[in-house]
Amino acid sequence: MMAMNIEYALPEVFLACAAMALLMLGVFRGNRSVRLVMGLSVASLVIAGVWILVSAQQGAAFGGLFITDGFSRYMKVLVLIGASLTMIMSVRFIERENMARFEFPILLLFATLGMLMMVSANDLLSLYMGLELQSLSLYVVAAFRRDSLRSSEAGLKYFVLGALSSGMLLYGCSLVYGFAGSTSFDDLGRIMAAELLAKGSISVGLLVGLVFVAAGLAFKVSAVPFHMWTPDVYEGAPTPVTAFFATAPKVAALALFVRVLTDPFHDLMAQWQQIIIFISIASMILGSLAAISQRNIKRLMAYSSIGHVGYALVGLAAGTEEGVRGVAVYLAIYIFMNVGTFACILCMRQREKMFEGIDDLKGLSKTNPLVALALAIFMFSMAGIPPLAGFFGKFFVFMAAIDAGLYTLAIIGVLTSVIGAFYYLRIVKLMYFDEPSESFDRPIGREMGAILFGTSLVVVLFILILSPVVDSAGAAASSLFTG
Amino acid sequence: MISAPLLSIITFLPLLGAGFILMIRGEEHDVARNARYVALWTSLITFVLSLLLWTNFDRTTADFQFEEKVVWIKALGINYHMGVDGISVLFVLLSTLLTPICILSAWDAVKVRVKEYMIAFLVLETLMVGMFCALDFVVFYIFFEGVLIPMFLIIGIWGGPRRVYSAFKFFLYTLTGSVLMLLAILALYFQTGTLDIPELLTQHRVPPEWQVWLWLAFFASFAVKVPMWPVHTWLPDAHVEAPTAGSVILAGVLLKMGAYGFLRFSVPMLPEASAFFTPFVFALSIIAIIYTSLVALAQEDMKKLIAYSSVAHMGFVTLGIFTVNQQGIEGAIYQMLSHGVVSAALFLVVGVIYDRMHTREISRYDGLVSRMPRYAFVFMVFMLASVGLPGTSGFVGEFLVIVGAFQVNTWVALLTATGMVLGAAYMLYLYRRVVFGVMTKADLKAILDMNWREKLVFAPLLILVIWMGIYPPPFLDIMSVSVTNLIQNYDAALASAEGSHLTAFWTGK
Repeated sequence: MMAMNIEYALPEVFLACAAMALLMLGVFRGNRSVRLVMGLSVASLVIAGVWILVSAQQGAAFGGLFITDGFSRYMKVLVLIGASLTMIMSVRFIERENMARFEFPILLLFATLGMLMMVSANDLLSLYMGLELQSLSLYVVAAFRRDSLRSSEAGLKYFVLGALSSGMLLYGCSLVYGFAGSTSFDDLGRIMAAELLAKGSISVGLLVGLVFVAAGLAFKVSAVPFHMWTPDVYEGAPTPVTAFFATAPKVAALALFVRVLTDPFHDLMAQWQQIIIFISIASMILGSLAAISQRNIKRLMAYSSIGHVGYALVGLAAGTEEGVRGVAVYLAIYIFMNVGTFACILCMRQREKMFEGIDDLKGLSKTNPLVALALAIFMFSMAGIPPLAGFFGKFFVFMAAIDAGLYTLAIIGVLTSVIGAFYYLRIVKLMYFDEPSESFDRPIGREMGAILFGTSLVVVLFILILSPVVDSAGAAASSLFTG
Repeated sequence: MISAPLLSIITFLPLLGAGFILMIRGEEHDVARNARYVALWTSLITFVLSLLLWTNFDRTTADFQFEEKVVWIKALGINYHMGVDGISVLFVLLSTLLTPICILSAWDAVKVRVKEYMIAFLVLETLMVGMFCALDFVVFYIFFEGVLIPMFLIIGIWGGPRRVYSAFKFFLYTLTGSVLMLLAILALYFQTGTLDIPELLTQHRVPPEWQVWLWLAFFASFAVKVPMWPVHTWLPDAHVEAPTAGSVILAGVLLKMGAYGFLRFSVPMLPEASAFFTPFVFALSIIAIIYTSLVALAQEDMKKLIAYSSVAHMGFVTLGIFTVNQQGIEGAIYQMLSHGVVSAALFLVVGVIYDRMHTREISRYDGLVSRMPRYAFVFMVFMLASVGLPGTSGFVGEFLVIVGAFQVNTWVALLTATGMVLGAAYMLYLYRRVVFGVMTKADLKAILDMNWREKLVFAPLLILVIWMGIYPPPFLDIMSVSVTNLIQNYDAALASAEGSHLTAFWTGK
């Protein structure tokens, strides 16, 4: 039981070693080595990803603190895809914007490591440790542009609010530990099941603990009402950092959320389901309504991500294996749509300056037709119009909701998706129906072109790979419910 | 029987053409010309291939034909399942016929972004054909809603001055209905355990208390699409602002999707709820027929007038479908086909003079007959077909619907028939103002009659309208077995419904 079993955590160990080695490399060679460190960081992410993908072993390492199962492998691969793609996108940006310091890729690497730990957490302590490793790295990268007021503000805001939420989470964990007497997910599940069986109810302390844990995690996934930091941080942080925020950490935090609620707190579903339904509805409504009046595309994407989290939580609210499968499919699609959209945003440059207003997209279809086409594809996909990928994400979560009998949730969900469609369409309208102002800088760069092409291809042709994605998501979900 | 996957070829050939056009590079002028030719040839080949459906269709069976089935999502038992029966085959043909006509009609009229225009129309054709062939609910839904994307772009990019408003209105109205239908599809899946349409049609019965909700959700989607009064308001806007070919497709095929949905899903799959809501549908249809006809009478814009007339004509269709008897349903389908041809032609007729004068205001025209006799003739034929003059396709459909309605309720039939009178009023009034009289407007003096390309566009539609008017059996034969089968299943379902309490509730017994 208390065995190390380090072989289950080898990809993470590798990533940690790689990050430290690259840190040394950076320290010795200075900022000249940014490109090299960046390239090696991406390479180590890819290696870790492939490693996780091919190794089929399942089990717990570090005396049960760390678990490798189908679910964690699926989510880790998504995290690594998101992290490596956004890292590739940031190369050109940090060089142009005077941010080319070797710490940047290293911090992202550590953040990614933290996310992998989160996804594999099987104990409240390893959960907290992974979460903090991720958060602390991200606080720094949010403020990475030291000379920019907005970036520093974003970093500070993120740090203060993030610390608050970590505090809530920790408090919740301590309550749970105090009343249950264990931090291990396996034990917690057993203890709560036994208590429910014996007394028919659960102690108030555990319930309060659950609420605090849920609130802390809701903050990390930026679900309403813990979303306030998102728009400001998204807007203030350097764009590639925003792209990173919007993809990998979201997946990791949602995966953690799913695991915590369905594994140790599984028997308290009647209690947490209400919380999730509420924050899901609130996120969907706020995400769709608040985005309408945004003028800055990064803020718009912040509200869009709040909305998307709301949809993903619909699957979790169902609390079934199908629901978790829906979340898994949703996240896979979400990663590609968001990476693609942020790649488009990174292309919004005129005369060597970044532009972020959505009005700057006017007439893009005439000046940069291919970027416009890609962005239009992502927008239609985010609006959930078939046959594009985004539709299937919604399809599977709503399917789970209907199956679980959550009709009101499903109806509110689809109606907010119609409202949400409005602001996605507005971007298409700006690009296609309006007259152009000024062309964006060209060329956009080979790696950006490749990412745009690749992600839009995934989004358009998702119907062809839907079956394997659903199968692996289903396998991931079932590992959470049987194992 | 043909072993090749004919339906898939017909469905995806236009998409292939669109992909090909996407690859065209070079000078803008050359790109435009090549795009036009590729689009025209692709759509023509598609049409010719779709004629194989017509010739090889077995008219003696109600089963689905040319079936293709490939497992798609195994975990959910969702298949890529295609097939046509007597109800859907004609709509496939209508779609493949109208697409080359649209492309031809936009030959000179569309000058900007020709490449994108042609891509949009070919993608649209794929989605339309796929929707009528789909035999799996998810596949159906994908095609059904996918149509929104190209249509949104067509209205928004090549439309008139208020195109943005209209495009958004079109998109959001339709999307709202569709997402409710999506939930209904999911609920249907959990009630029956399958999404295969033939299986749902024959083997499964949905509990009556569920049928009402599902029916309403389907209704939300299809009623917007048809469109039925009072959710028709997006249609006049969309038609007025859309480019000519966009209006043609919109009126010709897209409106039929809603009625097709009623016919394919609501009536056979939810028979008790359909019976329950029949008076409701009748009421809305009659209001649509009378009210929108009166509105059409007051229009100053030609396209808007025809758009309102479309709402009225589709009122006949929904009414005919819910009579659920042989004449009513056959009439409804016939009316859909006829309306698909006639309203498409009328929008093209408006397009001809719009291309010359760049206005659609009725008061800007008069006495066109003196300068454009051929045009006046073409206009007259389609105008009379729209009115429903015997000898034209419009008559057969409307007559059958009224016969069907008579068997259900005399009052319904009577009120429906007033629609024909009002239809004659607004169409003849339009025709008199635009074509007859003395030409007084100075800028009309130099207007030219139709060129060879425009005649080419109208020729097939003209032949079809007369053929369908004079000799309807070929069209009725192809659908009659399927329609009979549908009605038998419907009646059997209602008869076996234990104490069909829904209907009793409605009549207050």
